[in-house]
Amino acid sequence: MAVWCGDWPVRAWGVPPGQAAAVLVANRVLACTPAARRAGVAVGLRRREAQGRCPELVTLERDPAREARAFEPVVAAVETFAPLVEVGEPGLCAVGTRGPSRYHGGDEALVAAVHRAVQGALRGGTGQGGRGGCRVGVADGWFAAVWAARRSVPPLVVAPRGSAVFLAPLPLTSLDQPDLVEVLWQLGLRTLGDLAALPESDVLGRFGPAGVHAHRLARGDDDRPLDARRPPPELWARRTLDPPLERVDQAAFVVRALADELGERLDQLGLACTRLAVEAETEHGESLVRLWRDEGALHPAAVVERARWQLEGWLDGPAAVRPTGGLVNLALVPHEVVPARGRQLGFWGSETQTAERAARSLARVAALLGNEAVGVPEARGGRHPGEQYRLVPAGVVELGERTVGVVELPWPGRLPCWPARLVDPPTPTEVVDAEGVAVHVSGRAVLSAPPDRVRLEGGAWSAVEAWAGPWPVEERWWDDEARRRQARLQVVLEGGVARLLVLEGGTWGCTGTYD
Amino acid sequence: MAALAERVRPLVLAADQLLPVVDALASLLPRGGLVRGQVTATASHAASPTGATSLAVALAAGAVSSGSWAAVVGVDGFGLAAAHDLGLSLDRVAIVAAPPPASWPTVVAALLDGFDLVLVGPPPRLAATAARRLGARVRERGAVLVQVGWPPGRWPEPAELAVTVEASVWEGIGQGWGSCRARRVAVAVGGRRGADRPRRGWLWLPDEHGRVTTAPAPDEVHELGGRPALSIVAPVARRPSRAWRTPANSGAPAASPAPRPSS
Repeated sequence: MAVWCGDWPVRAWGVPPGQAAAVLVANRVLACTPAARRAGVAVGLRRREAQGRCPELVTLERDPAREARAFEPVVAAVETFAPLVEVGEPGLCAVGTRGPSRYHGGDEALVAAVHRAVQGALRGGTGQGGRGGCRVGVADGWFAAVWAARRSVPPLVVAPRGSAVFLAPLPLTSLDQPDLVEVLWQLGLRTLGDLAALPESDVLGRFGPAGVHAHRLARGDDDRPLDARRPPPELWARRTLDPPLERVDQAAFVVRALADELGERLDQLGLACTRLAVEAETEHGESLVRLWRDEGALHPAAVVERARWQLEGWLDGPAAVRPTGGLVNLALVPHEVVPARGRQLGFWGSETQTAERAARSLARVAALLGNEAVGVPEARGGRHPGEQYRLVPAGVVELGERTVGVVELPWPGRLPCWPARLVDPPTPTEVVDAEGVAVHVSGRAVLSAPPDRVRLEGGAWSAVEAWAGPWPVEERWWDDEARRRQARLQVVLEGGVARLLVLEGGTWGCTGTYD
Repeated sequence: MAALAERVRPLVLAADQLLPVVDALASLLPRGGLVRGQVTATASHAASPTGATSLAVALAAGAVSSGSWAAVVGVDGFGLAAAHDLGLSLDRVAIVAAPPPASWPTVVAALLDGFDLVLVGPPPRLAATAARRLGARVRERGAVLVQVGWPPGRWPEPAELAVTVEASVWEGIGQGWGSCRARRVAVAVGGRRGADRPRRGWLWLPDEHGRVTTAPAPDEVHELGGRPALSIVAPVARRPSRAWRTPANSGAPAASPAPRPSS
C-alpha cells in the first residue's frame, strides 16, 4: 500500500491550495499548487516563464528538511496500522498490507481507514487549515502501488496479480529513468504494456540489468532486486550518544560519521544498500524506526541526507510525534543490500558521466579558489557585450541536465558581432582626428571628425584603418539611477586589430577587443 | 544509428583518439582533429596581434558540440556571446577565474582531470618543473590543453600543435560605414610530432553568419600588400575589377555598405 501526497515540496510550506505558489530548484519549477497549475504553471518550467504565465505566483526555495518534518505525522499515522513504513521521499511512503488488511477486514476497509487517518494527520499538522489531501493505492509491488495511488483520487485497490493489467496503459515516462525511457521511446515503445510485452532475455541483452529492472517494473512483478538479501548484523553502524542528542545540528556530525562507517563496510563486501532503517532510542526507552528506500543504491551522501531528514522529522516535528527525551542511541541499519555493480554506464549514460567528471573537478577547483571563482554561463540577454550571458556559480546548478539557452529576443542595439575579449571596466582611451584634436560625439550622434589615431591607456598610438559608428545606446531613461547613455564606435587599427570603443560621460573607453 | 554507432565504437589508444574540430579547421590540422594528450597553443603574429582567443574557441567548438566538456581558465574577459556565435556550445563550458600564481598548476591539473579541453590564459609565471608535470598530466589524462595567446617561452618546450594567426582583415567596415561583420585570417599550423611541416590556409573567423568557415585565399595583390600593377596587358581584360581595387577595400567586393544597427 502506497500513500502519496502530491506536490509535497510546496505543500510542506503550508501554502493554501487556493494560492498560486511554486517551489523552484535551479530556476525550474519542481512542484506547484493547484491554483498555479490552473494558471498554466507546469513542472519543469523556468522561473521567468512561470511568472509570466502567473504573475501572482509566490516562488519558494526547496527545503527538504521542512518537507521531512512536515511528512513525519503522515508516516506516524500510517505506522499505527503496520510497522516498518518505508519512506521513498517526503510525500511518498508505503507499507506492506498482508497482515493489517486481514485484521481490518480486507484491503478496501484498510485503505479507507488509512486514508481517514492520514487526512486527519494532514488536517491537524498545521494551524493554517491543513495541507490538502492524500491518495492511497494498493497493488502487488511498490511501483504499482505508487502508481495506483497517484492515478486515482478515491483510494484504489488493484486486485492481487492484477498489477500488470493496471500498469499496461501507463505511459513509459512513469519509469523514473529518463535516459532509458528516451531510448525506448525512440524504438517506438509508448506504454509500460509495450515494454512488458518484450521478451525479458532480449531486454537483458540490449539494456543490461537496468533494462531488466524496468521490464520487471512494467510487468508488475515484485520489484525487489532479485539478488537482494538481508545483510548480516555486523554491518550495522550504531553509536551511543552521551550526552543525549536533542538538536538536529548536534546530530549532523554523528550522522556523517555513521554514514561513512556504513559506506566503508558495505564497500569492503562489495555491497550497496537499497533500503535503510534509521533507528533511534530515547532516554525514556522509546524506540523509533523508519525505513528509507531508494531504487538506485543509497550512496553515503544520500544516506546522510535521509538520516538528517529523519532526525529533523523526529526532533523538530509536531509535538504529537516528537520523542519525550533526547536520543541516546542512533543506528543506521541496512535492511536490504544488493551486490554493488559500480556505476551502470550504458550507452545512453556516457554523457552524464562526463558531466559528473566535470562537476567533480569543478568542485575541487571551487574548494581551492572559492565558489564564486567557478562559473557556468547562463543566458540573460542584453545589448551590452557582457550582459548577454552571466556566470552562475557551478556549485548551485546540475551540470548534466542544463541547457544554457540562446538569447533570441531581438535586443535593439545589439551588435552584429561581439568582441571575443571584454574589458570591464573599460580601458580609458584617447581618440583623436587628423589634427590631433580629441573626437567627440554630438547630441545627434554625429562624430566631430573622422577618428585618425587611437591610444589605449599605457599604450602607443595606433592609426585607424577603418571605423564605423557612432551608434548611440540609451537605456532605462525612465530610471534616474540605472539610466545609461553611450555611443559606440568600432575601429579597425593597424594590423587588423578591431576594438569596440564606447563614449560615456565624455570619456572614451575600450570595452572589448575582437581577439 | 550513425550517432549510436559512433558512441559504442570500441576504445582506441589515447594517441589515436581525436577530438573533432569544425570542418574548416580539420582540413588545416595535420591529423584532422585535436589529438588527445597534446599541448596545443594558439597565438597571433606580432604584425597582426589579435585572433588567438577566437582561434582557441574555434578549435574547441567541434569537440564541445560532440559531447566534450571545456573549461576556460584565466582568460580575462572571455566573451561568452562571441564564443557562442562562433559555435561553442555553452551548455558544456565552465569558466574559472584566473588562479593566484601559487595555486595555478594545481587548479589546471584539477581541471585536466575532469575536462577534455582546458583553455588557459597565460599564467603570470610558471616554473619549468610545474609545467613539465602538467604536460605529463595532459598526456596521462588524454586531455587537450589549449594555451590561449601565451607569450613565447612561458611553457618550457614548444607546443605539440601551434596554430598562429599571421594576418587578419576585417570586412564589412569602411570609413564611417558598415560594421565589423566578418574577418578573414591567415592561419599557420605548426608544431612537433607530425605537425612539423607548417601548413597555411585562410579562414573566416567569423564569417558573415558568425561561423568558422574556409575562406578563399585573397588574390595575390592583397597578399603581397602592394598596389596592383597598372598593366595594359591581358590581366586587365580578364579581371577588370582588379585595376581599381585598393588593398583597403579589395577584400570585400560583394559587401555592400551594411545597414547601421538601429538603436
